[in-house]
Amino acid sequence: MVEQNNGNRSATISVLVENESGVLARVIGLFSGRGYNIDSLTVAPVERDRSKSRITIVTSGTEMVIEQIKAQLGRLVPVYRVQDLSKDGPHLARELALIKVVGIGDARQEALRLADAFRARVIDASTESFIFELTGATDKLDAFLDLMRPLGLAEVSRTGVAAIARGKSTIE
Amino acid sequence: MDGSIKTTEIMKSGAEALLRALKDQGVDVIFGYPGGAVLPIYDAIFQQNAIRHILVRHEQAAVHAAEGYARSTGKVGVVLVTSGPGATNAVTGLVDALMDSIPIVCLTGQVPTHLIGNDAFQEADTTGITRQATKHNYLVKRSEDLSRVVHEAFHVAKTGRPGPVLIDLPKDILINPAPYAEPNGLPHRSYRPRTAPDARKVAEAVALMKRAERPIVYSGGGVINAGPEAAKLLMEFVRLTGFPCTSTLMGLGAYPASDPQFLGMLGMHGTYEANMVMHGCDVMLNMGARFDDRVTGRLNAFSPGSKKIHVDIDPSSINKSVVVDVAIVGDATETLRALIAAWKADTQTQDREALAKWWQQIDVWRSKNSLRFTQNRDPGSIIKPQYAIERLYKATRGIAKDTYVTTEVGQHQMWAAQHFKFDKPNRWMTSGGLGTMGYGLPAAMGVQVANPDALVIDIAGEASILMNIQEMGTLAQYRLPVKIFILNNQYMGMVRQWQELLHGNRYSESYSAALPDFVKLAESFHAVGLRAEKVEDLDKVIAEMLAVDRPVIADICVDQKENVFPMIPSGAAHNEMLLGPEHKANAGGYGGGSVTDEGLVLV
Ligand SMILES: Cc1cc2nc3c(=O)[nH]c(=O)nc-3n(C[C@H](O)[C@H](O)[C@H](O)COP(=O)(O)OP(=O)(O)OC[C@H]3O[C@@H](n4cnc5c(N)ncnc54)[C@H](O)[C@@H]3O)c2cc1C
Ligand SMILES: Cc1ncc(C[n+]2csc(CCOP(=O)(O)OP(=O)(O)O)c2C)c(N)n1
Ligand SMILES: [Mg+2]
Repeated sequence: MVEQNNGNRSATISVLVENESGVLARVIGLFSGRGYNIDSLTVAPVERDRSKSRITIVTSGTEMVIEQIKAQLGRLVPVYRVQDLSKDGPHLARELALIKVVGIGDARQEALRLADAFRARVIDASTESFIFELTGATDKLDAFLDLMRPLGLAEVSRTGVAAIARGKSTIE
Repeated sequence: MDGSIKTTEIMKSGAEALLRALKDQGVDVIFGYPGGAVLPIYDAIFQQNAIRHILVRHEQAAVHAAEGYARSTGKVGVVLVTSGPGATNAVTGLVDALMDSIPIVCLTGQVPTHLIGNDAFQEADTTGITRQATKHNYLVKRSEDLSRVVHEAFHVAKTGRPGPVLIDLPKDILINPAPYAEPNGLPHRSYRPRTAPDARKVAEAVALMKRAERPIVYSGGGVINAGPEAAKLLMEFVRLTGFPCTSTLMGLGAYPASDPQFLGMLGMHGTYEANMVMHGCDVMLNMGARFDDRVTGRLNAFSPGSKKIHVDIDPSSINKSVVVDVAIVGDATETLRALIAAWKADTQTQDREALAKWWQQIDVWRSKNSLRFTQNRDPGSIIKPQYAIERLYKATRGIAKDTYVTTEVGQHQMWAAQHFKFDKPNRWMTSGGLGTMGYGLPAAMGVQVANPDALVIDIAGEASILMNIQEMGTLAQYRLPVKIFILNNQYMGMVRQWQELLHGNRYSESYSAALPDFVKLAESFHAVGLRAEKVEDLDKVIAEMLAVDRPVIADICVDQKENVFPMIPSGAAHNEMLLGPEHKANAGGYGGGSVTDEGLVLV
């Protein structure tokens, strides 16, 4: 649970939904219609038969707003379960970024050196560019990108956060 | 209510499968309007007798009619409209039903599946447009989903917190053969509303209430939603505890208005005693109400010293705007039953002495008679709108029929809520959450269809009634003897009142100019037109209106300058109520005018 100033906190919420058309629009419409923040949102089917999807939302607000967000999500007909990972116990959150850095000479060397320190993988290279693949917590990705900025950071694609509770308990 | 289709029967067309599903859901009437995309359904309707179709004159009215039908019977109201403009016209009605928690199933036609997304003729993205206007919606893309979706839609509409559900039906799905399966009774995969209250929370609530010195029961539309049994239990609980009871606009009738333990409506235009009790109570039991802003006034001044218990079937209603001490998620019927049992089982005795003192205080507040008005009875005097309602109410008491009242939106709606007394649930239908002008006439139509022998009155304003006046044609066609009682003040009175109190008497665009002659208008629609211009006409007109077995418009010319009091201005607290001119002499009352800048931005 990340405490922010002005009484706001950041929350990572997992939502298990029926994998049917329109379900993502319902979730997004709920957030825009009621004025809630979305800092990150990811979605993909998680069942073998693709019948259920898991949506992970990172949002922020006062405790009252976050409780309201959870209640509103729980009210959607295709929603099975809503889990507040930042509150219900320790959890892991990861995202993946593909990062293109363009440059030559010292900057290029420095980028490669830092990528190594961050355990970013080089997945594409040309004489003037690298593409790094980096997985980690959001702040680790942010830190890496800050370092790359003066070294020729050209383009970023991030997946957004996927998260799961530690230990043997599950969302279901 | 979903799951695999077991016993299937192939129907000749999707339209037939649809009608079969409706029949199996107990539908006996549909409010609708035809068009190209739904012609297969109309063809199927033509060839059967089990379901009656009421042809409205505008799709918005179809939804309000279904709302009236639903609210007066407790059943799901059904609407059928065509694609594109048919669907978009229905949107206001859907949002109205969503805000007031009314169970509706709305069937919309759609262009054939292969044309969806092509900007085809009369195509609209109906599920996209209505996603936030419904509790849930469906687009049926495969014939084999059709009957399951219909059964599921009814289940979703009427269980949990009720609401409107829309099913978008592409024309090819309606034409092609479709398998039919009866409702299988299995629980829904993901949708499982909770109805049984947590016993520990119930005990906590009882413990708080047993120790209460200044209690109040604040009951709402949820008690009506829960059904007549909940109203009976509410009465039992209030009697058992000796607590005073107030109600929201949506809850009127759940507790009998004529009972001495009832304090009248609370909120912006509630009674002095109800609001003072809310402000000064030490324990509040909210039963199926949602702490609406029309009720709470300024949030940080709302009932500052009380412990609050909130019973609601929808977890999102709890702690939304007001933080409560005991939250009980559950159905009002089940929870009231549990509360009564727990109250009886609890050995703690009540502080009856404190309660008696509380009632003494309430009687002092009550003696203010905050709904008082002065009607000059001299012949030729202008009719006060409150007096018109009072006389109407008295007149309806003298007849053997069950009386149902709908309203439009505005001052007349508030006067109806204040002066028409409801002793039974499901007799009062009004647009509370959305405040939709034009609701009352079509809603009354739906009530009359459902209750053919009842007296159904739409208490209207001259501006609102024009918003769905075309429904006079529907009344005529189906011989629905609805009585339209217009409090004609020649103003959008509610707007005028705000302009008087908050905008320096600048009556910008709120005058009802160029009004029709309502008597002639009634006659041209094959109805009876009546008019009362002076106080001595009133009783005669009411008697005549009630005597004729036909639709009537009674044009009651009332005082143009009358305002609704008490009034808690937006952004003010309950104890900062404005009282009417009759109370000018009283300290702290009329003319306080404490509208703050923050209050001015509120609606
Ligand atoms: C011009 C105008 C003026 C108004 N002035 C006032 C006023 O002075 N006073 C006033 O009260 N209102 C007023 N209103 C109406 C107001 O806007 C709200 O519609 C109303 O207050 C809401 O009533 P409610 O709290 O009972 O909730 P409803 O809207 O009736 O909601 C019902 C609640 O009960 C819950 N529920 C549903 N089913 C069940 C069940 N089976 N068991 C338990 N809970 C259930 C729902 O989840 C919901 O939270 C006014 C409206 C207009 C248009
Ligand atoms: C569809 C719609 N448009 C606008 C409003 C805003 N509004 C609320 S009350 C009102 C005036 C209603 O006038 P009338 O029907 O004459 O009733 P009165 O207040 O005079 O009794 C208006 C315009 C509304 N509630 N609904
Ligand atoms: Mg008017």
